[in-house]
Amino acid sequence: MAGSVEQIREILKRELKNLAPEADLDALDPTVDIREELDIDSFDFARYITAISEALSVDVPDQDALKLSTLERAEQYLAKI
Amino acid sequence: MADFTLPSLGADMEEGTLVEWLVKPGDQVKSGDPVVVIETTKGAIETEIFENGRVGELRVKVGERVPVGTVLATIVSSEPVASQTSSGVRASPAARKRAAELGLVLADIRGTGPGDAITLPDVEAGEKQALPTTEAVTGTATEPAPQQSTRLKRGFDPELMRQAIATAMTKSKRDIPHYYLSTQIDMQRAQQWLTEENATRKAADRLLQVVLPLKAMALALRKVPELNGFYKEGVFEQFEGIHIGVAIALRGGGLVAPALHDVDRKTLDQLMHDLNDLILRARTGMLRSSEMSDPTITLTNMGDTGVEQIFGVIYPPQVAILGLGKVVERPWAVEGKVELRPIITASLSADHRVSDGHRGAIFLNTLNKLLQTPEAL
Repeated sequence: MAGSVEQIREILKRELKNLAPEADLDALDPTVDIREELDIDSFDFARYITAISEALSVDVPDQDALKLSTLERAEQYLAKI
Repeated sequence: MADFTLPSLGADMEEGTLVEWLVKPGDQVKSGDPVVVIETTKGAIETEIFENGRVGELRVKVGERVPVGTVLATIVSSEPVASQTSSGVRASPAARKRAAELGLVLADIRGTGPGDAITLPDVEAGEKQALPTTEAVTGTATEPAPQQSTRLKRGFDPELMRQAIATAMTKSKRDIPHYYLSTQIDMQRAQQWLTEENATRKAADRLLQVVLPLKAMALALRKVPELNGFYKEGVFEQFEGIHIGVAIALRGGGLVAPALHDVDRKTLDQLMHDLNDLILRARTGMLRSSEMSDPTITLTNMGDTGVEQIFGVIYPPQVAILGLGKVVERPWAVEGKVELRPIITASLSADHRVSDGHRGAIFLNTLNKLLQTPEAL
């Protein structure tokens, strides 16, 4: 377990803010694909996965990376890992 | 004695603003050293010198805007000075950017990195000691700006960049008789190989799919070298070095396509490392002059949020651009059966003054073939 859902959410939002500083993350629908909603390309998405892995000291396998493409799914996935 | 002049860092550049000197009179410089930061429509560029010697006089001051060709400094060719240790201010790109945001002068910060280079933590430490100076540049939105100075802005100005793109693309469409080819490539083997390779790696060391076509493109260019070079004043010059300009979209609009050097001679790991570095610096507005002026061909990659096919516009004086669409699952005939396969559409726009569709087709077919043996890339 990587941490409480609140902690995870905070870290996800912090890392998203790094990639998309102009985005209003409080208004972000947690069920939408952040790559489309925030215009995050494959390069930035890989950086996002790396940053989250390091911040939470977890290893997200490459084939699971897309499970982190919405805030809600990412929280569920990371809370279980 | 030689003059160091403001180089043209792209077909669309006419002038630049001096943001920072990285050397001072008396410093030894060697070919390839970044010596000055120039603000252009593509962001701030660390401009390199291609001369060995000692810096004589600095002729242009920080903040001055000058046309391409202006003498920025004089270089005295000299014997090596053994006791000379000063070599300007060494700093990482991240440190340089942060210092600019905070309005700190790099020379006032003590470096603790390799060769006393200034690192990001050094800048953060320096911030606590130093007050913003008149060199302050506009801060970013995440930090309170030290001063609302608008004289110099790090990064890029979307309006100026749009003008620069318009100039280059108008020239391209006016002067270059483009021809267009495309082919569909089965990426199953490439993706399988990549999945296996990445399964053993930590997130930070994983390869992105784009490095495979990038390397394959460079190797295919060895076979069809007339796509790799410059067409200038009625003459085509073909180059040995394969320096691929990688189109990088910037948040807020606009794009740059700086060079990854010698792609055909690098391993996939090296390419991934260099690509990461290049993209980050492109987005923070700190590219090097050689990266701006060296691309011999361009790659524009849609990535996974794009569309299936792209028809690129050649960036003059280059003579070709390769476009890659996003990978899509499509029914595909394999040995008499229909299977679902990940398919990518590769398209080539090339200059008919230099090559023909026949040669362009050989290039795309070679690219396809190379991507079927990813382990050999």
